[in-house]
Amino acid sequence: MHLRSKKLKLVVSVATFGLLGLTQATSADTLRLLTWGGYAPENVVEMFEKETGHTVEVTKSNNEEMIAKLRATGGGGFDLAQPSQDRIAGPQAEFGIYKPIDLSKIDASQFITSMLEATKGNTTVDGEVYGVPHVWGTSGLVLDTSKAASVKDYTDLCSDDVAGKVSYRLKRPTLIGFAFAMGLDPFAAYGDEAAYTELMEKVEAKLIECKPNVKTYWGGGDELMNLVRSGEVVASMAWDTGGWKLNSDNPDITFVAPASGALGWIDTFVLPAKGKADDAAYAWINFVMQPKVAAMITDAAGNFTASKGADEFVAADLKARYQASFPPEAVDNIKWYPPVPAGLEAIEGGVLDRVKAAN
Amino acid sequence: MREGTRIGFILLVTPLLLWLTLLIVIPHIDMLLISLRERVGVGEYQFSAANYLTFLQEPLYLWTFLRTAVMSVTATLITLLVAFPVAYYIAKMAKGRVKSLLFLLCLVPFWVSELVRTFGWMILLRETGIVSSLLQYLGLVDGPVEMLYNDAAIMTGLVYTSMLFMVVPLITTLGSLDDAVIEAGYDLGGSGPSILREIIIPHAMPGIVSGCIVVFMLSLGNYLTPTMLGGKDSLWFTELIYSQFIVRFNWELGAAFGFVLLFLSSFIVWAMLRLTGQTLEKTMG
Amino acid sequence: MTPDLECIDLTKRFGDTTAVKEVSFSVPPGSFFSILGPSGCGKTTIMRMIAGFLQPTSGDILIKGKSVLDVAPNKRPVNMVFQHLALFPMMNVADNIGYGLRRAGLPKAEITRKVGEVLDRIGLPGIGHRRVDELSGGQKQRVAIARCMVLEPDVLLLDEPLGALDLKLRERMKIELKALQADFDTTFVYITHDQSEALVMSDQIAVMNNGRFEQMGTARDLYYRPQTPFVAGFVGDSNRWSGRVERAEGDTLELRTENGLLIRGQAHGRALAPGSSAEIFVRPEAVRLSRNEGDLSAFDNRMSCRVTSLLFNAAASRVLVRDAESDGEIEVSLPQSGEFDGLSRGDEVHIGWSGDQANCFPAGAG
Repeated sequence: MHLRSKKLKLVVSVATFGLLGLTQATSADTLRLLTWGGYAPENVVEMFEKETGHTVEVTKSNNEEMIAKLRATGGGGFDLAQPSQDRIAGPQAEFGIYKPIDLSKIDASQFITSMLEATKGNTTVDGEVYGVPHVWGTSGLVLDTSKAASVKDYTDLCSDDVAGKVSYRLKRPTLIGFAFAMGLDPFAAYGDEAAYTELMEKVEAKLIECKPNVKTYWGGGDELMNLVRSGEVVASMAWDTGGWKLNSDNPDITFVAPASGALGWIDTFVLPAKGKADDAAYAWINFVMQPKVAAMITDAAGNFTASKGADEFVAADLKARYQASFPPEAVDNIKWYPPVPAGLEAIEGGVLDRVKAAN
Repeated sequence: MREGTRIGFILLVTPLLLWLTLLIVIPHIDMLLISLRERVGVGEYQFSAANYLTFLQEPLYLWTFLRTAVMSVTATLITLLVAFPVAYYIAKMAKGRVKSLLFLLCLVPFWVSELVRTFGWMILLRETGIVSSLLQYLGLVDGPVEMLYNDAAIMTGLVYTSMLFMVVPLITTLGSLDDAVIEAGYDLGGSGPSILREIIIPHAMPGIVSGCIVVFMLSLGNYLTPTMLGGKDSLWFTELIYSQFIVRFNWELGAAFGFVLLFLSSFIVWAMLRLTGQTLEKTMG
Repeated sequence: MTPDLECIDLTKRFGDTTAVKEVSFSVPPGSFFSILGPSGCGKTTIMRMIAGFLQPTSGDILIKGKSVLDVAPNKRPVNMVFQHLALFPMMNVADNIGYGLRRAGLPKAEITRKVGEVLDRIGLPGIGHRRVDELSGGQKQRVAIARCMVLEPDVLLLDEPLGALDLKLRERMKIELKALQADFDTTFVYITHDQSEALVMSDQIAVMNNGRFEQMGTARDLYYRPQTPFVAGFVGDSNRWSGRVERAEGDTLELRTENGLLIRGQAHGRALAPGSSAEIFVRPEAVRLSRNEGDLSAFDNRMSCRVTSLLFNAAASRVLVRDAESDGEIEVSLPQSGEFDGLSRGDEVHIGWSGDQANCFPAGAG
């Protein structure tokens, strides 16, 4: 099966094809990092290379593509990857694309303990821990408060006030967010396929009903930024950082935690099953979790990290925006994604397809 | 001497065979095998045709394919209608430097990537875009107009992306038509439309057919243009394949979709050839 | 009788170059008219103007007495056989021939009948269903003519249609074309650079050079009585000398060539006073060859020569001889009566020609 997968990558993506070639050429002290935009800013990479002598090759991606790439190569081609914590246990059980983390090589004292423990718990498969936390954030609503003050929750995106000037992604966070906003609890139904299917049918109906309100489903962060900045979209479901970035250009636009609670995600560090530079990978983890370095990443990515004590090094305006968006009760209301059981994606996929096809 | 020819032949054929087997045959066999298995448990699979049944039983997938095919056929026809006069002008009426210049102009858009080209259209057509602003400036419309995210935008993008692939074969076949044959048509009493119908189009038929096949296949297999310009209503078959592979981790269904696309598109091309009385050999020759 | 085709002061300029300069001619009904000239002389331009593909800069074209300048090519009662025939490769023979009839809106049955008739007339009955590329060169030729003739045009234009054929076929097609013309009794206007095509087939020939007609007349006129040095040189072959007139008695001249040869010639009414320079043309076939000087007493030009070269070309064989007096080379036709079978290089021979056959032109006349 692995052999087959290896061949199939040709069909899946040309990028992966190139990476297979790199596998042979790379020496052990090159760290091939598969991560999100902003998680490995150039100044941090430079510092790391100077300090350790390792070189870093950064590939930017997203959750689905990370997993697809690693699946295509059976966990090869990269030495360190950063999927969200809810997307580790399922794919690991299904495809075996990660290897366990040797916790003795991680400096646990640099992590916020509660977050480290939560991630360890969420990424444990067969008694082995596969992930440690890095960056966390939320998704909620990005609003132009001057034009969309009425929007308090996801379902308000479907109101007539903002008809035609609304956007969200057609991906699972939207399904989950709408479910909570409709008073349902999707996480509770995770274990029960029938219940989950039933719940998702309700969400599907809502999203189809809401579709005429939507200008377009956004695909990438830059696309959303463009839509909001130009005023074509005044309310959207989005990541907190997107809202904060727009806020610095236009004070009317900001991130708002929805009434039903923002959705919290944690991006992690995992070791791909066929990674060849584990030492460099551990070195990178310990390096970027230092409070000062972590603060640099926060400045670049806009999101806070699981690094203990990094907050005090973060730029003041970013802190201020964070505090404005998250009063203490909103922080308590964050819904953290539990691990996604294998098979849920198929149910959600059907819903998303039907929403997309609806008129 | 004979030995030399043999080696030359092998050297010539090897890259072709390598390309065919490594990059086409093997991945397709692999895809076929993947498409024919069904997930029964965590990491467990069994041989089955379930994925193909899913395609046939789910109206959404059939509908998406049908829509993609109809849109692609339409895009092909529009491309033909737009490209034919352009190709005719370049092949028959333009001379010397004007000719090369015009041909170059057809090529220029292809010096930038498809992504950039599609972004270009987005900048033009979006609500706060150039066309909308221009229309408002001219007083033709009262408020901003959204021209993106609909089928017309997809069609525009597809036609734009495919133009060159229609223009080139048309220029080649039209260029091979002796001017005297057209003149003879006029001389014998033919009018413009009748000469077009009885002489030029029959002569250009191989070019029309090969251009149409290429444009149809390109449109059918296009992912970027429909997704970006179509927005929330794009609904393109390749998008389904992409999401099965990348978003849903469902390679099995994705592979089945891939084969369905391969077979159905081949069938459509075959049917079109039959319908127009053309053969692939004639088109190639 | 109104001529079928008449051109009056026809002129065509392309930018600075004048392709056709004030050409006038008329073609009587049922005749075979040729325009003969080297490539680039403007003959194709004239033909395209008559067909309607080019608009003349000035002048007029009349067909059956009516100006056709404002008539589009597809409405002119003129049809054209193109250089490469331009048969429609996408149609079979019957559809090719029927094209013009279909365009004229004739009923199907009549088209079929007419196509069948014309195929009979060109001697190719029953080939209607064949594809054009299955025909031989000569068959294509005939189909191309039939395609035009089925429309019963007032004038048929032919643009060097024999150019692409091999020699043997070309010889046969010349005769066939002439016969077809007589058979259809239609006015043919034929352009060619091949003099033998023009000479064999035509009733009237216009020799064209540099956009002008040099001379118009029957084949014999052009051959025997060329009016310009160009025609003398272009139609048929000639020995050519430059010289000076020594004596003139009426049209009979005595000239001295640059290499010292004394030639008696004819001015045919052209002004050539003693002392003026002249060009002298004598055709190889007008020169009599003999082993015996006495046979030539009837000729007023006589000389003894030595054979320098034999140019064997069957009926058109020639001998190159060098005359003792001036050491110049003269080309002479070799009679194939058996008399000179044994002739070989170095043999001494005598040549002579009548002064009537030596055409003299004032030098620099063209």
